[in-house]
Amino acid sequence: MSSGEPTAAEPRKVVITGIAGRLGRVVARRLHHDPRFRLVGLDRRPFVGKPKDLDHYQVDLRSKKARDIFRAGDVAALIHLGVMHDPRATPAELYSWNVGGTSRLLEYAQAYGVPKVVLLSSANVYGPRPDNPQFLTEEAPLLAAQRFPQMRDLVEIDHLASTFFWKARAIETVILRPVHILGTVHNAPSNYLRLDPIPTLLGFDPMVQVIHEQDVAQAIAAALAPGARGIYNIVGPGEVPLSVLLAELGRRVIRIPHPLARGLWSAAFRLGLSGYPVAELDFIRYVCMVDGSRAEHELGFRARHSLRETIRAVDEPADL
Amino acid sequence: MGVADWLRGGRSSASGDDIEGRSRALVVRQNEYGYDAFGLSRDHLRTAARLASWLYRYYFRAEAHGIENIPASGRVLFISNHSGQLPYDGLVIGMSVFLEPPQPRLVRSMVEHFVPTVPFVSYLLSRWGQITGTPENCRRLLNDDEAILVFPEGARGISKPFSKRYQLADFGLGFMRLALETGTPIVPVAVIGAEEQAPAINLRSLAKLLGSPSFPIVPYPPFVPLVPLPVKYRLYFGEPMTFTGDADDDDEVLDEKARAVKHRIQSMIHLGLRERKHVFW
Repeated sequence: MSSGEPTAAEPRKVVITGIAGRLGRVVARRLHHDPRFRLVGLDRRPFVGKPKDLDHYQVDLRSKKARDIFRAGDVAALIHLGVMHDPRATPAELYSWNVGGTSRLLEYAQAYGVPKVVLLSSANVYGPRPDNPQFLTEEAPLLAAQRFPQMRDLVEIDHLASTFFWKARAIETVILRPVHILGTVHNAPSNYLRLDPIPTLLGFDPMVQVIHEQDVAQAIAAALAPGARGIYNIVGPGEVPLSVLLAELGRRVIRIPHPLARGLWSAAFRLGLSGYPVAELDFIRYVCMVDGSRAEHELGFRARHSLRETIRAVDEPADL
Repeated sequence: MGVADWLRGGRSSASGDDIEGRSRALVVRQNEYGYDAFGLSRDHLRTAARLASWLYRYYFRAEAHGIENIPASGRVLFISNHSGQLPYDGLVIGMSVFLEPPQPRLVRSMVEHFVPTVPFVSYLLSRWGQITGTPENCRRLLNDDEAILVFPEGARGISKPFSKRYQLADFGLGFMRLALETGTPIVPVAVIGAEEQAPAINLRSLAKLLGSPSFPIVPYPPFVPLVPLPVKYRLYFGEPMTFTGDADDDDEVLDEKARAVKHRIQSMIHLGLRERKHVFW
């Protein structure tokens, strides 16, 4: 489809939600130097260290002001990273922000003719399960919500976007489902790996997939290419047992028998000692790995960072 | 030097096999940390093979016939009878394919879906190359030209009571679909011995109470079939069978093909039983 206007001189206006977050800044840095794009930030938070020539709108996704950004009709692409994962927020707040916010954005995209929409979902939407095949393809059902109430919103966002993909055929919708993103980001896997000692489950050592945050930014850039559309699992450089990640980082490990873990974990969460809801224990117990070959063939995406670089990235200082 | 050192590979294995050399000769697609995509690690495998080769040579005194029918490379499905309450038959077939032919092969068997929920077993089996039994996993590995072991009798086979020994239970059709889809030759395997390793009767009422598919008991302590009797294993590898046809055919069509494999195994079992003089030697 050639709905994007390939004007040579004029840079395309790209709106990025969640730009003020760590991953948002990594993505912004990756795209900022590209002369084909003119970036516009959309985030409730202030953008620390914002480049001068980048417009940032510090507004709520659901507000009228957010709509105004799209109203001019010159937005060439929307990159939606602004999904909130805060486990401490109330379910109603999370739902309203994540599901409400996303559906509002998709509305604007359709109403004002944004030719490209890129949503950053996650490979976690498939859910860790004992009977998972080693590698899930994009066709696998999104079962995470069955056991994880906290994941319900993320699964719903993914569904919203895939429905939008079929409904708004003129728009190139790309849904990216990356594996655990590691780096300076403050997401669950990176925060978990920054713990010391790290709690694990005694007798469980599932294979996991990780990807460097800069490789995710590269995948997003690949998704912006005219013609790219569809749902893609995004994988990093390979698969390793969880224990290898911990050994590579030189962390001490506390192995908790799994019948005790649930109780300890939920107590720690209630006391504010841990930021992980108890349901997320399954991520360090069962496999939830994906097959990234579709992204490789169709988007030409291949992670550039090695396994070692990717794992070590959680200990790198954030450069702002 | 203790058992731990011996397992770590201080000297060659007790069975006199060159475990070290054979592990090195295995084809493993490992990454920079020494693991393959399914969690297999050559180091873990070597350690396990030292112990397993002792079981293979001295405990079960296994004897393998038809080694020339094990292809040195390329995709292959080993299809075998299943019995004995605990899957020692899988271990013996695996060791046989690893120790006997000139080029050692790693055979991966498909484990039950509950296995990943069991501590230690969950990851140890995966370090030794065993995989969760899903068609996707099997398809992926066959397309990568690996060797897979399937027991089409499944749970019906392993939990069969002593009175049903050497009578094949119904075969599932999954293996035939995968063989047709991936163009994989089938090597039929008959295992003699395993069916007597745990002469069990099934307590149906207790099984029902516990909600498990079977509750076997054996007439010697500890009365649950944890330790197999030191039966002698005899393995018969048959000539590879190739099938052609549509993997999406009706069950009746596939059933006919699956039955051909079943008959071959059954006749190899009969032959093996006729040849053997005694259960234990």
